[in-house]
Amino acid sequence: MRNLWLFLIRYNAIFWFILFFVTSIILVVRHNNFQRSSFISSSNVVIGSYYQQVNSWKSYLSLHETNEELAAENGALRQQIQNLLQVDTTADTIRIIDSIEQGRYAFIVANVANNSVHKKNNYLTLDKGSADGIEKGMGVITSNGVVGVILQTSAHFSSVQSLLHPDTRVSVVLDSTGVIGSLVWGNSIDHRYGVVRDIPNHVQVEKDEKVYTSGFSLFPAGIQVGKIMETGVSSGESFLDLKIELSTNFSNLHHVYVVKDLLIREKEELEADSQDNG
Amino acid sequence: MGSILIINIVRFIIVILLQVALFKNMGYYNIATIYPYIFFIFLLPIGLPNLVLFLVSFLTGLAVDAFYDSAGVHASACVGLALFRIFFHKITLEVDLKESFNTPSLGLMGTKWFLSYVFFGTFVHHFFLFLIEAFTFSNFMYTLASSILSSIFTTCVILLMSLLVYKRKSRIGNI
Repeated sequence: MRNLWLFLIRYNAIFWFILFFVTSIILVVRHNNFQRSSFISSSNVVIGSYYQQVNSWKSYLSLHETNEELAAENGALRQQIQNLLQVDTTADTIRIIDSIEQGRYAFIVANVANNSVHKKNNYLTLDKGSADGIEKGMGVITSNGVVGVILQTSAHFSSVQSLLHPDTRVSVVLDSTGVIGSLVWGNSIDHRYGVVRDIPNHVQVEKDEKVYTSGFSLFPAGIQVGKIMETGVSSGESFLDLKIELSTNFSNLHHVYVVKDLLIREKEELEADSQDNG
Repeated sequence: MGSILIINIVRFIIVILLQVALFKNMGYYNIATIYPYIFFIFLLPIGLPNLVLFLVSFLTGLAVDAFYDSAGVHASACVGLALFRIFFHKITLEVDLKESFNTPSLGLMGTKWFLSYVFFGTFVHHFFLFLIEAFTFSNFMYTLASSILSSIFTTCVILLMSLLVYKRKSRIGNI
């Protein structure tokens, strides 16, 4: 007992240090949100990783079938949505006599075979090709956003010029005002953000406003592209640059839909004719 | 004895006021920030009992924390500094000096001793501080770099402050 006491006295600095240090660390963890959350998350890492491991083994048993089913179902649903949208938007003005517009877009389900987000020019590879009806120039979307444009096809694969590419431009429309701009990647650094160009200076833009595709380019109208993050980015011209948060999660793409525009030939021919005349 | 207490209380108030009113707004981006309030802990009397030293450091840290809205961060760093101070004194000081109640100032202890005392102490404090602020060992190099740069910065400011109140009364010879 006496030795213990001597030991405590001899190293009292260390013991006081431990006491006070633990007290202050407890203060830190209890009263600061950031440190508390990182403390909790690091203790959850141990338990969470165990459950995650178990779950990942379990889910592997039926993973393939589930994926196939879901992707096929999504494709069918998307086609239905597109049909419904077209009926709705025209219903109160004109009765549809010709239903040709309803079948304008078909969706081909494809898996992403290769993907990049960290380069300056990003491309994806899909596991479907010309044998499945994919052609050069078709648009590619995912369940919640725009992915890119088909660049080249082989029999069983096709390469996609991602939206994260300086040459990709997508025509978009702002939700509240209906002003049309074009979406580019812009910053060439972060795959979560893009820039909407060519919005005239006088347009009032709200933060968190949604941005949709306009339907003028390869993509059907009304697909959500993202929401506006910053409105004040001025390019010094008479146009606004809007920074938007892309709704597509490019770092985690698995299933995509290739948009097949069945009337694209007709549209292109007509537009080529009018340009010749003009 | 009473005068030492009063001097230290006045010093505490001045140092904390300077820290939260002036030095809080200074810094080189996020890389180097300065915390010269720890000068107060450096200058506490040498023979102070360990418990009192820890208690005073802890309270100093808490006082600064109150202004920085970071309960406990500065307190834990100051407790770390107090431990360093005890070890440094144990290693470098002679017995009679260790038991006296002198203030370990620049004039009393000489430049060499004082400089290493302040620099290493500042580094220990800043290292604890940035590590607890970041609360992770990832980005460790960034933490280390910013604590080294900040300690250089803080050491310069503390040296300037101690030169301002420099009074030569060397007891252990001119080193």
